[in-house]
Amino acid sequence: MNQAIRHSWIAAVAMFALIFGAISYVQVVGADELKANAWNRRAILQNYCNDRGAILVGGAAIAESVPGNESCKFQRKYNQPELYAGLTGYFSRSYGVTGLEGAMDAQLAGSSDQLFFDRIGQLFLGNQPKGASVELTIDPTIQKLAYDLIPDGQRGSIVVTDPKTGNILAMVSKPSYDPNSIATQDIAKEQAAYNEAIKIPGVNLNPSVSGPTGALLAPGSVFKLVDTAAALNSGKYNADSVLPNPAQMSFPGIQYQLPNYAGGNCYTRTTASFAFALQQSCNTPFASIARDLGENAIAQQASKFGFGQELGDQLKLDYAKSVFPSDLDAAGLAQSAIGQRDVRATPLQIALMTSAIANGGVQMAPNLIKAVRSPDLRVIEEPKPVALRTSTTPEIAGQITDWMTSVVSEGIGSGAAVPGVQVAGKTGTAELGDGLNNSWFTGFAPANDPQVSVTVVMQGVDITTGAQLTSPNAKKIFEAVLNK
Amino acid sequence: MSHADTMPKPRRNVELLLLVLALSVSIGANALTSIDEQTSLDTDFWFQSSLLAVASLVFHVVLRLRAKYADPVILPLVVALNGLGLAMIHRLDAPGDDTGNNQLRWTVIAMAVAIAVIWFLKDHRVLRRFTYISLAVSALLLILPLVPGISAGEILGARVWIRLGPMTFQPGEVAKITLAIFFAGYLSSNRDLIMLAGRKIGPMQFPRFKDMGPMITAWLVSIGVLIFQRDLGSSVLFFGLFIVMIYVATSRISWVVIGLTLILGGGFVASKVFSHVALRVDSWLNAFTEEVFGRSPGGSGQIVEGLFGMASGGLVGTGLGQGRPNLVPFANSDMIIASFGEELGLIGLFAIVMMYLLLFTRGFRAALGTRDAFGKLLACGLSFAVALQCFVVIGGVTRLIPLTGLTTPFLAAGGSSLLANWIIVGLLLMISHTARGPVDTSPMQPGRTPEAQKPAAPAGGRQDRNATQTLPDAPTEAVKHL
Repeated sequence: MNQAIRHSWIAAVAMFALIFGAISYVQVVGADELKANAWNRRAILQNYCNDRGAILVGGAAIAESVPGNESCKFQRKYNQPELYAGLTGYFSRSYGVTGLEGAMDAQLAGSSDQLFFDRIGQLFLGNQPKGASVELTIDPTIQKLAYDLIPDGQRGSIVVTDPKTGNILAMVSKPSYDPNSIATQDIAKEQAAYNEAIKIPGVNLNPSVSGPTGALLAPGSVFKLVDTAAALNSGKYNADSVLPNPAQMSFPGIQYQLPNYAGGNCYTRTTASFAFALQQSCNTPFASIARDLGENAIAQQASKFGFGQELGDQLKLDYAKSVFPSDLDAAGLAQSAIGQRDVRATPLQIALMTSAIANGGVQMAPNLIKAVRSPDLRVIEEPKPVALRTSTTPEIAGQITDWMTSVVSEGIGSGAAVPGVQVAGKTGTAELGDGLNNSWFTGFAPANDPQVSVTVVMQGVDITTGAQLTSPNAKKIFEAVLNK
Repeated sequence: MSHADTMPKPRRNVELLLLVLALSVSIGANALTSIDEQTSLDTDFWFQSSLLAVASLVFHVVLRLRAKYADPVILPLVVALNGLGLAMIHRLDAPGDDTGNNQLRWTVIAMAVAIAVIWFLKDHRVLRRFTYISLAVSALLLILPLVPGISAGEILGARVWIRLGPMTFQPGEVAKITLAIFFAGYLSSNRDLIMLAGRKIGPMQFPRFKDMGPMITAWLVSIGVLIFQRDLGSSVLFFGLFIVMIYVATSRISWVVIGLTLILGGGFVASKVFSHVALRVDSWLNAFTEEVFGRSPGGSGQIVEGLFGMASGGLVGTGLGQGRPNLVPFANSDMIIASFGEELGLIGLFAIVMMYLLLFTRGFRAALGTRDAFGKLLACGLSFAVALQCFVVIGGVTRLIPLTGLTTPFLAAGGSSLLANWIIVGLLLMISHTARGPVDTSPMQPGRTPEAQKPAAPAGGRQDRNATQTLPDAPTEAVKHL
């Protein structure tokens, strides 16, 4: 009997050995994985009340930690909250971290490897842990201007970049929200504000589904730049090619006819040059190019401009990949070629496409981070311009630039013209089906030495409003940047 | 060596010393959490601390008077565990909550009952008289939560509670003890019979089918608890208790094999047939899938939050009062181990688990030392039950096995569990008293002489078995002689 008692004891000890193993696994071996789990609120709660680094724009903090109350030593505060909400995101106890607060969390919280020695120092000096500050490439004047150019109540985005470096100078969208309300310490208020914010259609709460990086919109005629690049790249077309320009295009076997653009002077000619077709934004010449080259050629050129591709690791914000559909029938391909049907692009994607044309065909990785500085202002990270991909040849880029310049000087993009400066641009009007459109302008200036690219989109507007809110607004931004 | 060689030592002073240590750990823990919660060490704190200290010291004095040879380590271990639990429960109380004080009240009641058991029972062998009464009481206790009017209904998916005036009580906790008494009484009387017969298959001797009666009964009780009370944890606990006791009674590994087969078979079928079991298994295997995590009730949120807490504790923990164990549902009861893991870290949790290990080891020591089969079976069964309960709870919290609704002995908030476990401690202390004390050869009472008969019984059994085994050889021997 005693032998059996000893065996039972061994069985019990064996069970406890398993427990010791399980505890070791959870608390030590697998702990890092558990800590990194997206559902784990402890990470944020852990340093919720710490002195996080600031997010800076032009030397001023747009997100900073300010002294809080007794229970929480520091409280996150967003300055000009609506203006920068799409970039900063929020740092919330209940809803986690989003935007740059999330993407740069290791640096802001001071837990990144680069800050190891700072942490050691803080430990010995007994100082509060303090995070690194993150300075953005954003120009506060341009950001404010761009934001104010979108009327309140209007859904829209504006992206301003430096095409030579990929630096983002301004990136705004409306409607926006106040991240302070979601990052408050009052949990009831926090929840009320969040529940209120998610009700607003198109609000830039999540950069991967809304705002300039996430809203997937029909690009309309700005997509014709892809067709043009594909055509020139195929070798079948050149600068002097004559394109068919019928009033409508029909397809074998179906009733549907693709009409030409009604807004400009397309109806005056039955054939067109590239320059004329782009200037007047005629539809049928580009539909016929797509029919001639086939779906693959267009799709390939689209992906060279970044459709469906990664946007590099300097953007930091989450984003959506733009889409060019596949397996299209003849009508579908024709509609896709003019940026309708199921073609979807984010405002940032259109800005990158234009920037690639401006930069001699080389697409620079979009970059938001100017520098990351440790608490003692030592620079610990300073992203350099990185070429993301080659979208087209310098020759083709130069040719398209010429035609885009004529769109502004002689065509329907004249609203963007800046006196004394050559502006290259392309407009787009994507029909949404109920008389409303997504109205686009994308362009850069000066055409011979591009300093700035501007992409404007206004969602759900009629033709007149769209025309007023896109090209003329782009002009104001060009002026603001170039006259600095 | 033999107990007769040296004069047995009571070791009560050692116990007192360890008790002071245990109390300083408990009260120190409570003080730490009070300071961290920024409530000063107010009168409440001093009242609670002195109440625990006084109750422990009274217990100690009772042992000096009534069971002076009792194991000196058991009481301090239990006081330390109970005190740590009190500190943690107190620390987890939101303003206005009274779980901490309620737990303290139950601690005092439970210790009083344990003292009463030691004081009035005097000798654990008396319990053997109540073998069949214990069975009846067990049955009653298990059926009570299902009786309309007494039942507190379904709480968190299980029907294991009864309503006693303003309180709820979990009779299953006490049934654990009465079942152990029944098994110990029944098996110590019938073990020879069960051991004797059987067929040998391979290296193992299997029992006759008709000796399987108790096993089948125990299995049905466990399955009944699982089906009608929806309490997977208790079901496993009752059956585990029985398997160990019948194994110890017969020394036959075949019982364990049969038992494990039955429980695995039953468990497999249950997981297919009963949704509450299937949910437990699903939230164990697929804890980290979005659908299971967010499911309510029966999701894995509780387990996963507990794992997050333990992970954040890491090696050394956040410190008592410094973590966020209240993010975990049931942080002061089912998940209290995760709360300790978070605030005391791997090191602290290892220390707690080590205390349990020492506690049940001391129980097994008492089982080895005592000279009556009933006491051996009872001590072994109760000790193993404590160990198994810890394994089921901690294994569940750490996602080693599916989480079931058992309480962590002495730590978790809950009056029934405290009461039952303190009674177990009282019984183990009594058994260890006879195990470590001077050999008492006088018959306990006329007509009942378990000790006098016991040494003969196993020997007799062994001879009988040898006889049955040599029987087939006998004719051959006879032929040779011819």
